[in-house]
Amino acid sequence: MVRHALLQLRPQKGQIRRNLAHLGEALLRLEDEGIDVAVVPEAYPTGYFLQGGVRELALEAAELEDRLAAWHERHYRRPLDLVIGFYERDGSAYYNAAAYFELGGRGLVHRHRKIFLPTYGVFDEERFLNRGHELASFETRFGRVAILICEDFWHTVTATTLALQGAEVLYVPSASPARGFDGERPANVERWELLARAVAGEHGLYVALASLVGSEAGKLMSGGSLIAGPEGELLARAPVFEEAALIADVDLERIAPVRYDNPMLADLKAGLPLIFPELRRQVEEL
Amino acid sequence: MKIVRGVPAREVLDLDYPRVAEALVRFVREELENRGYEKAVVAVSGGVDSAVTLALAAQALGAQNVHALSLPHRDSSAASREHAHLVAERFGVALETVDITPMVEGYAEQTPGLTPRRKGNVMARARMIVSFDKSEQYRALPLGTGNKTERLFGYFTWHADDSPPVNPLGDLYKTQVWALAEHLGVPDAIVHKAPTADLEPGQTDEADLGVRYRRADVILEHYLKGYPDEYIVGLGYTPEEVALVKRRVNRTHYKRHLPAVALVSSTAIGEFYLRPLDFRLED
Repeated sequence: MVRHALLQLRPQKGQIRRNLAHLGEALLRLEDEGIDVAVVPEAYPTGYFLQGGVRELALEAAELEDRLAAWHERHYRRPLDLVIGFYERDGSAYYNAAAYFELGGRGLVHRHRKIFLPTYGVFDEERFLNRGHELASFETRFGRVAILICEDFWHTVTATTLALQGAEVLYVPSASPARGFDGERPANVERWELLARAVAGEHGLYVALASLVGSEAGKLMSGGSLIAGPEGELLARAPVFEEAALIADVDLERIAPVRYDNPMLADLKAGLPLIFPELRRQVEEL
Repeated sequence: MKIVRGVPAREVLDLDYPRVAEALVRFVREELENRGYEKAVVAVSGGVDSAVTLALAAQALGAQNVHALSLPHRDSSAASREHAHLVAERFGVALETVDITPMVEGYAEQTPGLTPRRKGNVMARARMIVSFDKSEQYRALPLGTGNKTERLFGYFTWHADDSPPVNPLGDLYKTQVWALAEHLGVPDAIVHKAPTADLEPGQTDEADLGVRYRRADVILEHYLKGYPDEYIVGLGYTPEEVALVKRRVNRTHYKRHLPAVALVSSTAIGEFYLRPLDFRLED
């Protein structure tokens, strides 16, 4: 069992020190829970909507690692893996990124840079950010996993690709402004849940969505973080709009029997060569 | 054989009002927190928009942290004043009255030919002056009360009704505000009366606008989403109504923006130099 904590937190815009301290407090409150992996939403250290201010607030991955490692060494008694979304500066390029850190271990294990930058409606990411170009799963001390950031996950071909690479847990830091108030929960939250459960069930893997909360100049980040299991079942779901910690045990040993009963991933591997030429033709026509 | 009929997909204006109220209460609380405020000022006209705003503010901050202002002019209707008191009482908020007659009439006396329309705008701007002064007096942030329909129509006094920095209702059509008002327990007399700016005797919104809110809101929602006119007419609206709604929206875009500034550099504010309004750096 791998104990996860999905931290649905509310950052203060631009207040990196304060936000990281707030994250530290949340982790210390959960210390007795024996958390193995904590997942923190997209853009948590700064808040999501920065426009051109991303240039002033983006962090180098090493800088973020130093801050987190220093906190961990000072305050935390056991190793902790942390998935965290942040705006990343790399030379003259800026990314919407998420890193997997082994605190008290290997440090930075993997970094994903968001590929699908929403630039429509309330979103304007591509104006201020560079696209990532890599989609890769990676090994942690618990197993093979991968990271997708927000809209990356809304194109299910990304999850399919990572499942084919062997990922058994998909971490999805996100920031989703609430919209569509004609139902019990905002329409975007319903859609996230539908997608997460469908992807988890299709490939027989875990999906851990950590979603930001807080009002950013009227855009109410919706929360609704969740963790879905390999049969598409909901293991835990956070309330909307308020800070919350979801704690759930991920049992990677369940994946093999679930996939045996419902061998969609194996069938996909068998059938993919049949549809791949058409896929390639479509891509070449772009 | 059982026949099951599908429901066609359509645009929905009817919302889950308990959920909307929860979100707006959170919005008011967090936006004030983000600015370092714990208290709010709400100018209460006796109409439904300010009544709903007052209810949301009282839930968000506690009634004791909300300052309701009644800002009548001597020409304001008796009903407006009575309803301002009624709504403050309903939501347990203390009401302070500041008579704006001397402010407005002081200007009117030295301004021959001041038309009722211009005087109405002076009244609205006098109310803005009082609201911001009370804001400073009480260290309480003024809340806006303008709804989406009037914002889209430009049916408000510029730099007056639109001036408060935080507005919970600005993305709700008038018909949605009515429904939210019922959910929040705004007194029926306020929800069901004809909406009026009460800047001129006998004035009503719908007479001024030339279209009923319940019809305008459906047209607006479809127009904003990009449906063609013929589609909207197909829903049961007249071409004249559609044209009127579009005309009002498109004559008033300037009222929904900051003033035009001559761009001469590549650091022009709001054009090249872009920061969200809540952007801050660490001290």
